[in-house]
Amino acid sequence: MRPFAYERADSPETARAAAGAGGATSSFLAGGTTLIDLMKLDVMRPQRVIDINGIGETQIDLADDRLRLGASVRMTDAERHADLRRRLPMLTQSLALAASTQIRNMATLGGNVLQRTRCPYFRDVSWSACNKRAPGSGCAALDGFNRQHAVLGTSEACIATYPGDFAQALIALDATVEILGRAGRRQIPFSELHVQPGQTPDVETTLAPGELILGFAMPVEPWFSRSLYLKIRDRQSYEFALASAAVALDLAGGAIRQARIALGGVATVPWRAREAEQALIGRAADEATFQLAADIAFSEARPLRHNAFKPALGRQTVVRALLQAAAMET
Amino acid sequence: MVRHQPQESKKRSDAAPRSGGGFDRRHFLAGTATSALLPLAFEAAGVRAAAADISPTPTEVPGRSLELLVNGRSHRLTLDHRTTLLDALREHLGLMGVKKGCDHGQCGACTVHLDGRSTLSCLTLAAVAVGREVTTIEGLAQADGTLHPVQQAFIDHDAFQCGYCTPGQIMSAVACIEGGHADRDAEIREYMSGNLCRCAAYPNIVAAVRAAKSQLRS
Repeated sequence: MRPFAYERADSPETARAAAGAGGATSSFLAGGTTLIDLMKLDVMRPQRVIDINGIGETQIDLADDRLRLGASVRMTDAERHADLRRRLPMLTQSLALAASTQIRNMATLGGNVLQRTRCPYFRDVSWSACNKRAPGSGCAALDGFNRQHAVLGTSEACIATYPGDFAQALIALDATVEILGRAGRRQIPFSELHVQPGQTPDVETTLAPGELILGFAMPVEPWFSRSLYLKIRDRQSYEFALASAAVALDLAGGAIRQARIALGGVATVPWRAREAEQALIGRAADEATFQLAADIAFSEARPLRHNAFKPALGRQTVVRALLQAAAMET
Repeated sequence: MVRHQPQESKKRSDAAPRSGGGFDRRHFLAGTATSALLPLAFEAAGVRAAAADISPTPTEVPGRSLELLVNGRSHRLTLDHRTTLLDALREHLGLMGVKKGCDHGQCGACTVHLDGRSTLSCLTLAAVAVGREVTTIEGLAQADGTLHPVQQAFIDHDAFQCGYCTPGQIMSAVACIEGGHADRDAEIREYMSGNLCRCAAYPNIVAAVRAAKSQLRS
């Protein structure tokens, strides 16, 4: 690991100021489950590490129609919140299925959404071609072993999969992100936090250097109790998604009034399938309808040599998730 | 990372209680390795020089004085910023029960408790543990040597073969039971999925956790 300057911030404001000072590259350290790993691998090389453990918001505020989650809440603390589990099962399931207990004990919600890709060519610096790690160097995954890579939101510069689970729930639930920047606090839709790789895969979010996530807020509708997160992976536990779906259904007499669908494991960013959602409205909540939505969700999928199974797996994941949601007793 | 010589015998610490008698396995192995591997020292130095070209190690490492509270005792150490809690516990405090497996948060061998929660010490900087309570496998048994019920259950149920993952398994199992996540086998398996066992002692580990849970509840 390369040397760095370490400091412990005593407030979000001092953390942000420290990260913006002096021109050195800075990283915030919360749970450390991504940062320390990638620093050991020499993939991330911050000159200054600003420890934000012990500061930041750790509250979970669930009101009748709104939820606010502090960015410093640990994943296990949010997933075990009894009212959240009942009213937003999609959200607590996405956290509980994300990683091992130890990692979820350590990782914060704010850090989790900024988790870096598991693309092996990104994580192994002995591969010289990685546009995300070394802009302009190429993409070893395009012609490499790309079984786990994305089929949605890819570009000729990068096909790395966004690895998280919680972000799919946030984007499906129309969450907003509160950010502390140079000019004070600002809010953006969660769907505007991550950016597709395009020609600049090294740019993963719209956060400016030194900006700090303070928390997440979202409206809570009664029908969100009919929601779930379905994660399909190579082994039953402690593994990244090959395909996943965060879904919610608002049913009235067997017909669909509203729906939410977000996809994980198949896209370069947290992926909201809005056209698929629209196709569900007004239709019967049955398998034929769900198949139609699944087809729409993957209509623009671009599979590669080793991940050609992903559109089919992804469609089946969407159908199964929606069938399970429709069958839920709420 | 700071490179430590693999001579654990020199790292004697009053923090690590030793079993009685004048001989133990670790000292025997360390002594044997030191004498037998001397001719390889030049090769090892060559490998390090090559590695340095890729990831330069600074000659001057800024030390930081910090205090760690481990198993109820306070320790003042001077550590490089980069020192993980795992390396601080093993290399500076001599607590060899904490194991280094993958060193990347994937195997769970390094699991300790931080303020009572199971935590990967390999992905935790020692500096982050300042002001928090660290518990390792060495801190579970009572002062008179009576094993923690989970330790005893692992022995009674033959819940290991090589034993390398066992301290991490036990630390996770204690947290699993104390947190109320050991009611069903499937729940135990899910809770402890971050502790890999290459000997695949999983059925016996689950049986040990189940038995320890019954004992702790009664």
